[in-house]
Amino acid sequence: MAKTESTFRNMVLSLTLISMGASACLGFVYELTKGPIELSILNKKLDAIKQVVPEFTNNPNDEMFRLPTGEGDSLDIYPAKRDGEIIGYAISTYTKKGFSGNISLMAGFNPDGTIINITILEQKETPGLGTKMAEPAFKEQFNGKNPAEFSLKVSKDGGPVDAITAATISSRAFCDAVQRAYNTLQKGGQK
Amino acid sequence: MNQLQNFTKGLLNENPILVLVLGTCPTLATTSSSLNGMGMGIATTFVLIGSNAVIALLSNVIPDKVRIPAFIVVIASFVTIVDLVMQAYVPALYETLGIFIPLIVVNCIVLGRAEAFASKNNVLTSLIDGAGMGLGFTLALGVLGAFREIVGSGAIFGYKFIQGDGVLIFVLAPGAFLALGYLIALVNRIKKT
Repeated sequence: MAKTESTFRNMVLSLTLISMGASACLGFVYELTKGPIELSILNKKLDAIKQVVPEFTNNPNDEMFRLPTGEGDSLDIYPAKRDGEIIGYAISTYTKKGFSGNISLMAGFNPDGTIINITILEQKETPGLGTKMAEPAFKEQFNGKNPAEFSLKVSKDGGPVDAITAATISSRAFCDAVQRAYNTLQKGGQK
Repeated sequence: MNQLQNFTKGLLNENPILVLVLGTCPTLATTSSSLNGMGMGIATTFVLIGSNAVIALLSNVIPDKVRIPAFIVVIASFVTIVDLVMQAYVPALYETLGIFIPLIVVNCIVLGRAEAFASKNNVLTSLIDGAGMGLGFTLALGVLGAFREIVGSGAIFGYKFIQGDGVLIFVLAPGAFLALGYLIALVNRIKKT
């Protein structure tokens, strides 16, 4: 078969046909993967919620509500209930004070504001330094503490939190995110 | 050149990373561990095989003057397919590789093979070329990732064999340059003998 000549008609025709073929394929693949993608995002969220609150019997994702942070935006709050009674809140919180970019956490609180557990959803901190915030040695020091009497400050700032060695900024950011979750939840409780 | 040679040339003699030194951006960025490197390699291999085959098939129909836009449309479609499939079935890997999956579109290796090889050869030959190049890319990324993981975090395939930290610089960007440089030097030495 001879090579198609580069006339205007041929160029327009071939590009149009190729683009149409490509979009048809992509539409098909999109439909095929749409379900699994939604499912994997939901599962990731539910896994994070399970880690930070006690065992629940409801579906926290369906009962999600939003509370304003007082800084112009709002946080997603997932109430965990056992037999209709609230046993904790999982709060998807964030901080902009990370060493490189935003950090998002899922923080679990008792109804009285005590921290149950915290897990990291997303972070881009320095590998080997800031990423240590995901290790139990750092993040478990918050478990069972109530930010009402346990001020969320690293020891350099006069607080009780042991910062990660060589990653004070990341540690501060972590505290900031937890503090934001706590403030939001407490303000919501007063309403 | 027979088909076997056509396949194996991508592994060492014309290895896209170590000899042609193409596509170094994803190479440096995604090889912080061996699994990440290999995941990136496999994703790129799929795109290479797919785009090489389709472009070889269409090369006679595409007018010369619009061949690059046409190639890019084909390549971008395959990359989007990989992107969606990875997001659906391997979300953890998808998250670590992040922006580098969509960026396969602009990987020099893919367009380079389309322009230099697939557009001048038949479908089967191009398919084998894509597979060989892809495997060479995956191998280079796997080796580089494994080295950086062993030295940098004292682990291999995510399994930690020494406690504590390794030589942290190898997990960070400068370590990627160092490791790649030495790997290329080593391959050059092997090729000379």
